[in-house]
Amino acid sequence: MTRPFRHPHLLDITSLTTEDVVQILDTAEALFEVSRRPVRKVPTLRGKTVINLFYEASTRTRTSFELAGKRLSADTVNMSTASSSVKKGESLYDTCKTLEAMHPDIVVIRHGASGAPHYVAKNMRCSVVNAGDGMHAHPTQALLDAFTIRRSKGTLAGLKVAICGDVAHSRVARSNARLLRLFGCDVRIAGPRTLVPKHFAEAFDVSVYERLEPALDDADVVMALRIQQERLSQALLPSLREYARTFGLSEDRLAGAKDDAIVMHPGPMNRGVEIDPELADGPRSVVLDQVEAGVAVRMAVLYLLAGDAGAAPTGPRGA
Amino acid sequence: MSERSERILDAGEVERVLGRMASEIVEATGGAERVGIVGIRRGGVALSARLAQAVAGLGPEAPPVGSVDIALYRDDAATALPDPKIGPSVVPFDVAGRDVVLVDDVLQTGRTVRAAIECLLDYGRPRRIWLAVLLDRGGRELPVAADFVGRTLEVPAGAKVRVELAEEAAEPGDGAVLVRAGETP
Repeated sequence: MTRPFRHPHLLDITSLTTEDVVQILDTAEALFEVSRRPVRKVPTLRGKTVINLFYEASTRTRTSFELAGKRLSADTVNMSTASSSVKKGESLYDTCKTLEAMHPDIVVIRHGASGAPHYVAKNMRCSVVNAGDGMHAHPTQALLDAFTIRRSKGTLAGLKVAICGDVAHSRVARSNARLLRLFGCDVRIAGPRTLVPKHFAEAFDVSVYERLEPALDDADVVMALRIQQERLSQALLPSLREYARTFGLSEDRLAGAKDDAIVMHPGPMNRGVEIDPELADGPRSVVLDQVEAGVAVRMAVLYLLAGDAGAAPTGPRGA
Repeated sequence: MSERSERILDAGEVERVLGRMASEIVEATGGAERVGIVGIRRGGVALSARLAQAVAGLGPEAPPVGSVDIALYRDDAATALPDPKIGPSVVPFDVAGRDVVLVDDVLQTGRTVRAAIECLLDYGRPRRIWLAVLLDRGGRELPVAADFVGRTLEVPAGAKVRVELAEEAAEPGDGAVLVRAGETP
């Protein structure tokens, strides 16, 4: 049984139902193989235009979206603010209107301000994909993490997942917690009190721990988060060495987790801070699987959104 | 709305037709060792396995079998996606230099075959691509012709043709059925 994808945009996980997530993951599963063919390109989105609009630094997400568009034969254009009119003081509204006049089908946006993609979706007549906004959401990261977990564990339902580290600044943690709760996962958050927001447990329906060990107990999946040095002030953390000693993931610390527990990191990694290099490169690590999954998941998102072209979207739909 | 159905092929006929097509394939390509058989999802998949079996019965070797899904190659993919489901394409052998036989149950417009050829070419450069179909019902919209045909039957555009192989049908036994819809409103 299949149906058209029901959303004009992908702005956050909150807007999606379990059924939507499964549809994206199943589509990604079928597209995964394209990147391993001798000819890594299919003609599906020929004639479609995708603009990647990045207001924040990014290597993997931007490259991943660019390859995803190109492997589907869409014309993909990258715009980073460092080399654009934004440097000359152009407002987000004017950038939207200027780009809109070029008739893109999909705009992929990363922005430092939470809610910026929603604003763009309201002001442009095309589909919008959130590639990370402030501390709010990073839906394609949560989807590619779910894809990686499902491939490794066979299912998402009921898994015990520990998300460790700088939760406060992490849109990855927020989107992942939302998605995993949709599938009834037991989500445990572990981080220093200064880096976990006060009402996180209630807001996301997860358990919060101030030590690693209880969160890792019997875990199927362990996710490390990057310490976001660019967003961090001195007051929140005494020192990186101190942090590594109490919250850094290592093979030893994982003793309480399941024997076949996998270790994930959204990248880029601070080796020796939130994750021990041996663990990051070891057999439990699926960090590079996450990167490969990213291209397939983003192909799926572009494919499903482009297919909705019939109904010219004017704003975000769904709750 | 009532339907009237006629049996075009029964189980015995399907068996005989597949046997004849297998002989023709071996004769045309010069033997199983150079042939690969690829079913077009979903109607051609079970049929391709059957045909491969029949070809294997005629020579020393069973030809490798794969399948392609044409969702990503449809000529209307970017404009309309009422059913965006993509199935897996699996080509577990090197197509380069091989004679590849594409297999589908029914040939009508030729658009599916066009898409399947394009998909297959993304896996390499076969020596030659052949087309085998159980039923050619006419109604071409592209210049496509089958090399191996089980049965040719001119069917009006409104009627449906269903091919049911025992391994995936609700009823036991192979068969092909012509369904004429709308006899009475």
